[in-house]
Amino acid sequence: MTTTEHGEQRAARPAEPARTRPPFHRRHRSGLITTASIVVVLAFWEITGRRMNPIFSSYPSAIVRKFDVQVRSGLLPQALLDSLQPLLLGFCVAALIGIPVGLLIGRYRAADAALGVYVTAGYAMPLVALIPLFMLWFGLGFTVKVVIVVVMTVFPIVINTRAGVRAVPRALTEVGTSFMASELHIVRKIILPATVPHIMTGLRLGIGRAVIAIVIAEFFTAIGGLGGQIILAGQRFDTAGLFVPVTVLMVLGVGLTHLVGWLETKVAPWAGPADTDQD
Amino acid sequence: MTDPLAEKEKPMAANQAGVSIEDVSKTFVTRTGKQVDEVHVLDHVSLRVEPGEIVALTGLSGCGKTTLLRILLGLERADSGRVLVNGSEVTGCGADRSMVFQNAQLFPWRSALGNVEFGLEARGVPKSERRRTALEKLELVGLGHATDRRPDQLSGGMQQRVGLARALSVDPAVLLMDEPFGALDAQTREGLQAEVLRIHRETGKTIIFVTHDLDEAVLLAHRVVLMAPNPGRIDRIFPIELPAPRTDLVTVRGRKEFGAQRHEIWHRLMTGASAQAAAEPATT
Repeated sequence: MTTTEHGEQRAARPAEPARTRPPFHRRHRSGLITTASIVVVLAFWEITGRRMNPIFSSYPSAIVRKFDVQVRSGLLPQALLDSLQPLLLGFCVAALIGIPVGLLIGRYRAADAALGVYVTAGYAMPLVALIPLFMLWFGLGFTVKVVIVVVMTVFPIVINTRAGVRAVPRALTEVGTSFMASELHIVRKIILPATVPHIMTGLRLGIGRAVIAIVIAEFFTAIGGLGGQIILAGQRFDTAGLFVPVTVLMVLGVGLTHLVGWLETKVAPWAGPADTDQD
Repeated sequence: MTDPLAEKEKPMAANQAGVSIEDVSKTFVTRTGKQVDEVHVLDHVSLRVEPGEIVALTGLSGCGKTTLLRILLGLERADSGRVLVNGSEVTGCGADRSMVFQNAQLFPWRSALGNVEFGLEARGVPKSERRRTALEKLELVGLGHATDRRPDQLSGGMQQRVGLARALSVDPAVLLMDEPFGALDAQTREGLQAEVLRIHRETGKTIIFVTHDLDEAVLLAHRVVLMAPNPGRIDRIFPIELPAPRTDLVTVRGRKEFGAQRHEIWHRLMTGASAQAAAEPATT
């Protein structure tokens, strides 16, 4: 039975020539170039790094060895956890504040006139300057880290959400008006979904800033987490140990940004990425 | 030739209403720097539309036909004059009117069904009932098989069918259409025109639509209202005398009367256009 079916299938389209797939190196051209580039840079670093004073520099194989040691001792997983908790909590709080505020000032001129100036100021100013103040208010513990993450993350979220609301075509809200939808209905069922791609862009920019924020927070406040590891390693002239958390932070930043980007295609499959407000 | 509907198909009375436009004027003010420009989009326009009648508004760009339609819908207010639907004055958007928008204007995040449900949802119709009504309307426009598709998975013609179903879902007494099929290819457009006539036969709705396409105006309407710009006004009203029911549009198109009436309107439109061009000061 199976063989007959197979035979029929083959008979059904005999004329079609076997479409030749392009060879491996054609299909993954840019990927191969990127990999080659990384290999070259790492090799160069390995060779030159070994010749330098280990106080000033390190090299890949030493960093990998250090990484292994720190994972086994539980030091690195603990530091990662210490950083991730305030990072994710702060990010969520920033989203919960930023999205409604962005919707509000995007939709209502009066709200924008009242609050827009702070948003612009907060987005433009170096918020690091306020950290000593936050330390006075919130001490050196978990809370202050969350606050710093919130403050540094919330503004790109607000600004992108506002830009998204402004970009909603008037024709779409008029459809709502024409069917006599209430203002609340228009905001919830038209403005909000239409703004989702912009909100996701804001979140993607926000998560990148959240990673920066947590490191800064850990430098300034109670030395702990991945940022603390960097400071401590620096003070011990342990350059290889310094590169371990740096590498982890880099991977974390790239990974989280990609995660939000992936989420973007899941929650707004009808839209391409709305990258209008990248900073 | 007293009542344009007398020899046309007079549909059985359902939810339908007459529309009376009384002396409507509208001026848009635009400011560029210190210069203030006033554009008289509509200048004392009056028109009566009978219940169950199909009226086409056509004319050159800037003649105010879309503005008039938006005033009828309630999205725009007239500066003076008033619009009555079934005897009551229009002060904003209302339950008795709905619009098929230019380029459909569907919500891209909603399925076809979700889009049709929107109008009912806004009016607080319970979920099961609005689902039933929406499915019924999608069936009516021939999209019963595509209810779950998002707008980006629908062709232009199918999108506009969803737009039509959405407008019909709230059972309006007056159906307004703003260049509904302008962006579609000729074959798709003809299919939808036949569909509109069929729906009109089945529901008897009063239909007022804006079009640039004179073929479409003559094919669908009982009367074609030709408007002229600067200031926007009604230039002439052409009663269309084609035998009813107009079920077979191909045959209708082939008729002598069709060509003659189309030509008559086109001629008047072009005369107005050249007069317009002559009146305009030469720009150097």
